[in-house]
Amino acid sequence: MKQIYLDNASTTPVRPEVLEAMMPYFAEDFGNPSSLYPAGQRASDAVAAARATLAGLIGAKPSEVYFTSGGSEADNWAIKGFARANAGKGRHLITSAIEHHAVLHACEALEREGFEVTYLPVDGDGLVDPAAFEAAIRPDTILASVMFANNEIGTIEPIAELAAIARAHGVAFHTDAVQAFGHEDIDVRELGIDLLSASAHKLNGPKGVGMLYARKGVKLANLIDGGQQERGRRATTENVPGIVGFAKAAELACAEAAGERERQTAIRDHAIARVLAEIPHARLNGSATRRLSNNVNFSFEFIEGEGMLLQLAARGICVSSGSACTSGSLDPSHVLLAIGLPHEIAHGSLRLTLGRDTTREDVDFAIDCLKQTLGNLRMMSPLYEDYQQGRVESIIEKMAA
Amino acid sequence: MAMNYSEAVMDHFTNPRNVGEIEGASGCGTVGNAVCGDIMRIYLDIDDDSVIRDAKFKTFGCGAAIATSSMATELVKGKTVQQALEVTNKAVMEALDGLPPVKVHCSLLAEEAIHAALWDYAEKHNLVIEGLEKPVSDIGEHDHHHGVELVEDADDL
Repeated sequence: MKQIYLDNASTTPVRPEVLEAMMPYFAEDFGNPSSLYPAGQRASDAVAAARATLAGLIGAKPSEVYFTSGGSEADNWAIKGFARANAGKGRHLITSAIEHHAVLHACEALEREGFEVTYLPVDGDGLVDPAAFEAAIRPDTILASVMFANNEIGTIEPIAELAAIARAHGVAFHTDAVQAFGHEDIDVRELGIDLLSASAHKLNGPKGVGMLYARKGVKLANLIDGGQQERGRRATTENVPGIVGFAKAAELACAEAAGERERQTAIRDHAIARVLAEIPHARLNGSATRRLSNNVNFSFEFIEGEGMLLQLAARGICVSSGSACTSGSLDPSHVLLAIGLPHEIAHGSLRLTLGRDTTREDVDFAIDCLKQTLGNLRMMSPLYEDYQQGRVESIIEKMAA
Repeated sequence: MAMNYSEAVMDHFTNPRNVGEIEGASGCGTVGNAVCGDIMRIYLDIDDDSVIRDAKFKTFGCGAAIATSSMATELVKGKTVQQALEVTNKAVMEALDGLPPVKVHCSLLAEEAIHAALWDYAEKHNLVIEGLEKPVSDIGEHDHHHGVELVEDADDL
């Protein structure tokens, strides 16, 4: 059976060019970059070149880029490291209700250390309101963290505007750009960003490597103490093949970003139009326009998400859901609840995320299967039975009205 | 992700038995709530000798919820009302070769759906079924969906 992979916000396959660039650093140039002999120096040179490449892609200096084990570590480091190093200036942080758990749980950890955190609500599209952000800034606010684009609903936040407000008030600004880097154009100087997290495996690079950009002069406490790697800021022998692969993948992704955005946006909008036209009681989650070009997220009424995922998986279609049943917790996605979906609607959500290999035919096949799957599940649903017999109203219709 | 289902669960999820409604059912019970993500409705057709001639179900819920409903209706068919009371969540789970720990509540819901349908049958026919109590998660036939209270979830914030 052919596999149709539509979960690229979850992870992506490593591109052959990336794998090829990484290969020499496993068994040939395997030296430790801290060693002085040639094998070590070749590895060290490769890390330096990768750092320069990645810095160039976001308009930063190489000395402002630190490698990490991934996006979550970069988020943790930015938030905890900044807060702990700057606690003398204040102990208040601002973030949004729809951040990735790497940000939300790092903030909760700081609350247990005595910091205070404001979690800004978002509107129905998932957007943070800049005026509300400004109003939340207090004299003791030291850091704000708002994601560049949301991983579930694809909403792109007004980062330039938020960062400008933060700067005007002397508040440092962090953005989790894990979903945006390599997809959206990012220039940290132009946007006024002080700290930025990114990850390799969301842009056809390897898992286990990410980066934190920290503007020169931004003070960060270390998370990992030990050797002098990353200029004494993060110990651990460098993941040389991963770092090389990250730079290669990012270079390719950024070079192709404009074309891929256009191509994927056309497929995305085709998918959204088809679902809205062909599937009753469906709701698009997230903004229709301020949206990542690879993200499609719908809620379908009267059904629960896991059954939908299992039936689609049986046809080779890989997608994800905001349903509680698939996350191992009892609550549906905090993002879907934050944009105002009632629990019963959030349970029936589906996310399709396109990648550079995704074709229009793939998406058409997935939607054909989805229609059948929803038909099966609704036929089995007591909620649908009640709706058809006029005993209850459609919540999605009420929300739309 | 809870995908480690047994073959029996996948079989009953993929090809559920007894999906549907019974017009003029002897008893019908609905349990669960949509906020939590599970609702089961079971219809029973019971003859004058207290034998369950037919059982049908409708379920809103995950793969395990659908599979346990399917298995529960299979297990009660042909049984007397008293025998049906012995179709416990354990019996349903065993018949499905087990459930992942986070899905055990689905089998409890299936047991309660059977009990709710039997309770409805007993009420309609002025009977007392020995050993049967009104299930706690019985939400009646029509009062769910909008009767449920929306709980603001602050856990993730």
